[in-house]
Amino acid sequence: MSSPVAKPVRMSYREACRQAIRDALTNDPRTFLMGEDVGLYGGCYAVTKGLLDEFGPRRIRDTPLSESAFVGAGIGAAIAGMHPIVEIMTCNFSLLALDQLLNNAASIAHMSGGQFAVPLVIRMATGAGRQLAAQHSHSLEGWYAHIPGLKVLAPGTVEDARHMLRSALADPNPVLIFEHIVLYNVEDELDPAVESVDIGSAKIRRPGRDVSVLAYGNSLPKALAAADTLAKEGIEAEVVDIRVLRPLDNATIFESVTRTRRCIIVDEGWKSGSISAEIAARLSENLFFELDAPIRRICSREVPIPYSRHMEEAALPQTSAIIESARTLIGSR
Amino acid sequence: MSDFLMPSLGADMERGKLVEWLVKPGSKVRKGDVIAIVETHKGAFEVDIFQEGVIADLCAVEGQEVPVGAVLARLAPSDKAPALGTLRAPANPVAAEKAPEVALAAPPSPEALSASGKPAKVAQKVSPMGPGSRAHAKVTPAARRRAAELGIDPYTLKGTGIDDSVTFADVERASASHVGPEAPAGPTRPGRGFDPLQMRQAIAAAMSRSKREIPHYYLTTTIDMGPSLSWLETFNTERLPDQRLLPATLFLKATALALREVPQLNGFWENGRFRPGSGIHIGWAVSLRGGGLIAPAVHDVDTMTLPELMIALRDLVARARGGGLRSSEMTNPSFTVTSLGERGADCVIGVIYPPQVATLGFGRISVRPWVTGGKVTARPIVVSSLSADHRASDGHAGGLFLAAVDRLLQEPLKL
Repeated sequence: MSSPVAKPVRMSYREACRQAIRDALTNDPRTFLMGEDVGLYGGCYAVTKGLLDEFGPRRIRDTPLSESAFVGAGIGAAIAGMHPIVEIMTCNFSLLALDQLLNNAASIAHMSGGQFAVPLVIRMATGAGRQLAAQHSHSLEGWYAHIPGLKVLAPGTVEDARHMLRSALADPNPVLIFEHIVLYNVEDELDPAVESVDIGSAKIRRPGRDVSVLAYGNSLPKALAAADTLAKEGIEAEVVDIRVLRPLDNATIFESVTRTRRCIIVDEGWKSGSISAEIAARLSENLFFELDAPIRRICSREVPIPYSRHMEEAALPQTSAIIESARTLIGSR
Repeated sequence: MSDFLMPSLGADMERGKLVEWLVKPGSKVRKGDVIAIVETHKGAFEVDIFQEGVIADLCAVEGQEVPVGAVLARLAPSDKAPALGTLRAPANPVAAEKAPEVALAAPPSPEALSASGKPAKVAQKVSPMGPGSRAHAKVTPAARRRAAELGIDPYTLKGTGIDDSVTFADVERASASHVGPEAPAGPTRPGRGFDPLQMRQAIAAAMSRSKREIPHYYLTTTIDMGPSLSWLETFNTERLPDQRLLPATLFLKATALALREVPQLNGFWENGRFRPGSGIHIGWAVSLRGGGLIAPAVHDVDTMTLPELMIALRDLVARARGGGLRSSEMTNPSFTVTSLGERGADCVIGVIYPPQVATLGFGRISVRPWVTGGKVTARPIVVSSLSADHRASDGHAGGLFLAAVDRLLQEPLKL
């Protein structure tokens, strides 16, 4: 027996992702990792550094630069009984594997009448904020949330980064995990008492009575920072981490907005046809008579994300916009 | 540049509260556009403007009490509009009694004089907005639901939410402080300003002044409505319900044509002399469902066809009851008609609405014995009763007027 109360451990989101993969590889011989540069190079965001040495090339497999090929291989392995983890370097490149994802991974269980499960987990980096320009900076998780047959996760905390993978691997269907590139360096204390998180529900990260701020991924810390500032003005914002983009947790979201009667959705995707649009539509379909103000959305500008720092910042949802929007929605009281 | 002044929306009005601007500096306006909501004891009115131009400046802020005749807005001529001088209106509150016709006292311009010139189009008289002005106020869905639960009219509340919307919390606060529609928490919302108590006081003031100042004389004539009603029946059988005419239209049109013959009854007694009305704008007395009475004008009745008149009347009554009357409809009736309708009394001896000089009443149409050609027959008859200001006219004129109304109602085809 170790000490009755384990000490909190401080670690980065990147380290949390690595430990999650280590755990999975350690605990389940059916699990292996493959992707571009995940082995020798240690992952382009250094998430898988050291794993090749620890687990060897059979379980940490570098692949050719062909997303369609290695995602397809992962689907085949999953059908054949493995529980693979496939890493796609950034979600922009996942478009090369869209056919595999939509026509195979998401569809085979349905088309086979449930005979073939696809217990596959695909990790990919998403989002902007590190000056990687348009081809490496987009947020396409909202697109994948459109597809029945997929589960779409967006960990926004170190804890979710640490624990979501295990739940995802336990799921008999394909699960996509979108890791935000800005969050990799974020550190937080992990509560050792928490050994798993559920991947079915949104989570209230900060309770409040005046306005619900729904966010996920790297928008979550921005929403929490906005809530801190607003609290000094007497505005109590409730921050809801959406975190499961498909299937959306209507219950938690509706319950929060019913209480606060106001809602701001922060989404790093483009506004048109985004996951924020879907949430806003559900709120107006279901909670119309509960609303005390129009629903507001803070999204990325509808441009390819720019390279230069000031333009990139201007294109992304920022804390100041959340604060301003909350003030406006609440009015003069 | 010209000034647009706070209109007098009734003889007893000294000031009005500017509830809401519906234009901004730079807004282009045309004759008939509603530019503001003004609230008086009689409720909230849509103030329409009488000339074309561009709003240069708003001189009053929302919520401000503005004396009649004070400048509300400055108007710059638009490219097409001829530059006009100040729309001449009473320069001080006392003058409200002298010049109720703000717009029509303006210097001659084709626009302003259309009332007395060419027939005005019916379309101008019909509000496109329909009854009520609820669209001006914003009440959130949550507030509406809560207000319905609490039995509160949310449109009477001051909004603190986004875009000044009335919120859930506003409704709850109003409920907590037992503030209902009878005693609004803040400025009343446009179109919802009707306060039965205040209206009672306004009626009391106007009617007391009338009986104190105006030497009334009264004449009545009993009119055979047989020809009018049978013509009306024929006319209506061929038409859909919404196109059918009511006897009221015949009363109004006959009155208007009779006023052409006896113009000394159509106008105002001001400063010790009679000033003729600039058109035949007949105030139509409408009793309000919450109690009280209002008599907005139907303009240029003498130039309207009966179907036009019916449309105008329907619209006017709906707006009088639902809110959304125009200032021009309150400022310039030059004569008033009261019709008691089917459920009324046989005869009404009216009190003149100052500074008008006469009012005509019609009682209930009822079947009575009637002698024609030495025989007694059953005929539908109506008692028409004139109350007139003896300072402005004598009984002879009144008699000629009633005889004309009678004659006109015998030949409905000519109306």
